[in-house]
Amino acid sequence: MQHSPPVIALQDVAKTYRMGRVSVAALQGVSLSIDRGEMLAVMGPSGSGKSTMMNIVGCLDVPSEGRYLLEGEDVRGMNDDQLAEVRQGKIGFVFQTYHLLPRATALANVEMPLMYGNGRNRRERAREALARVGLAHRAAHLPSELSGGEQQRVGIARALVKDPSILLADEPTGNLDTKSSDEIMAVLQRLNSEERLTILLVTHEMDIARHTNRIVSFRDGRVVDDAPAPDPLLAGQRE
Amino acid sequence: MTPLTTLLTALDALNSNKLRSGLTLLGIIIGVTAVIALTGIGRGAQESITSRIEALGTNLLFVQPGATVTFGFAGAAGSGTSLTLEDSEALRDPVLAPSVVDVAPEITTFGQIVFERENTNTQVVGVTPSYLPVRAYELEDGRPFTEADLARSAQVALLGSTTAEDLFGLRHPVGHTIRINGRPFEVVGLLASRGGGGFGNLDDRVLVPVTTAYYRLGGQRTAGGEVTVQRISVQIADENAGDAATAEVSSILRLRHRITGEDDFSVTSQVETIETLEETTQTFVIFLGAIAGISLLVGGIGIMNIMLVSVTERTREIGIRKAMGAKRRDILSQFLVEAVLLSLAGGIVGVALGYAITHFFDGVELASQPLDMVFSTDIALLATAVSGAIGLFFGIYPAMQAARLHPIDALRHE
Repeated sequence: MQHSPPVIALQDVAKTYRMGRVSVAALQGVSLSIDRGEMLAVMGPSGSGKSTMMNIVGCLDVPSEGRYLLEGEDVRGMNDDQLAEVRQGKIGFVFQTYHLLPRATALANVEMPLMYGNGRNRRERAREALARVGLAHRAAHLPSELSGGEQQRVGIARALVKDPSILLADEPTGNLDTKSSDEIMAVLQRLNSEERLTILLVTHEMDIARHTNRIVSFRDGRVVDDAPAPDPLLAGQRE
Repeated sequence: MTPLTTLLTALDALNSNKLRSGLTLLGIIIGVTAVIALTGIGRGAQESITSRIEALGTNLLFVQPGATVTFGFAGAAGSGTSLTLEDSEALRDPVLAPSVVDVAPEITTFGQIVFERENTNTQVVGVTPSYLPVRAYELEDGRPFTEADLARSAQVALLGSTTAEDLFGLRHPVGHTIRINGRPFEVVGLLASRGGGGFGNLDDRVLVPVTTAYYRLGGQRTAGGEVTVQRISVQIADENAGDAATAEVSSILRLRHRITGEDDFSVTSQVETIETLEETTQTFVIFLGAIAGISLLVGGIGIMNIMLVSVTERTREIGIRKAMGAKRRDILSQFLVEAVLLSLAGGIVGVALGYAITHFFDGVELASQPLDMVFSTDIALLATAVSGAIGLFFGIYPAMQAARLHPIDALRHE
């Protein structure tokens, strides 16, 4: 198998926040490498640094120390607009509370990230992305007319639409019931297995984490465990 | 983001909160309408004043004696006695003054005019036969003055229409005898009404021969025993001949008065008078415009207020857009375009409304005076441009607030 650079490479990353006079270390010496086509879960209690790591991987924030290479490109020293450009091209976000624009239809929501790039056939690509999450028939609906599970699938379509290098899902099932959670995990698993989409998801539920191939555990700003998922689950096959 | 998408996104945002957008719009609409309507009134007044003066004839020059100087104290212009009837006749010279068509000297005094039980106090103007054509008066009835009237200082009078009405009511004045300062005068003619009103009513006067006014109704004498006049109206070929005629008149009078130093007379033209008045009324227009401009400014502050509220309300939306890859510039232009759209739309509606008001109220009687309103395209364009600029000015701060938001903080915003 040909060796290609990892999609994500964190090398000794630290992040400190200054709160008044006190410095708070949110991350210390985190190294992590994610290859193309991987699907992994990041676990840890709140305050363990997993959100900070997500922000850095998602180029919403930059490390205080260490290096972060996204597809071999160092993001250090980039300004806000350059980071925005990286996010536009390579990062797909899925949020716990969906974060859809309430006044825009499902289709318009999916199309929105493309407006900030220079892509063509925006409407076409947005329709295609909705079809990939099985929501082509709901394109004209407002978020308020969709169920929680459907809204999250619109969220996933919005992340997919620009063919990102990595999909970052922050507690994507946190607000959903078991059945909808299952649907979402099924969609993510299918995207990973069929389209080789790299997926990083943050969760604190072991049941959700077991849908992935690899689990990274955080505690007090450090990686304390990095192992293949024990007895992996296929969505819809709960015991 | 392409300009078109920015525009559509902004329209969408404005459309989603119609009441708020409408109220904000109203602030600008009122401001722009006020600017258009008030400057319309100002310009209307300007035009009506100008047209009244033009009705007197723009092809006239007025020659007046200089001020008297008594022990170094200058009197009012025209108080001197340097102009005589002979000076006036000397201006009628086709060789030295080819631009001069006709001259009409005059003496103005005030007199008590009595007919039977009625009496009035008004201007008594001593004139020559050329006064009527030069000052564009027409006779409604009777006959004009003749040279014979002048030669014998005849006690004859022509009545202005207002004076005639005051004294005779509905009766016919020609042929009756009136008394001016106690002396009997026969009314030989009635002047047609000039209309207008306000300052210097052209219909409220009595005309008598200039010699009669001088010898029988008082006046000063010059050393040479000549008849002095207070003003000479000079009719010129056309209004462009003003400068040439002024030069000709001045050189003739200098020669006659043997002047080497300062002139003892002054020559002014109607055109100059109009220019002076227009300058004065321009100040009035600017003043009205400035008052209206203040309301436009208040409308602009309304836009800023609403945009700031909008940025706070849509913080999460801004966060989402930024997370999806929107740059500072994208967010900035989105909010700026919203503000400019609001103010520009308000400006355009305001201009339309101002146009309607100007046309509707033009000529409407207000306190028994017709209101003159003029819609000026330059003011309309200016008001639209200014309203757009106001949107830009008051929109930039809220838009920068929005663009500066950090995506992580914005996403966390509740």
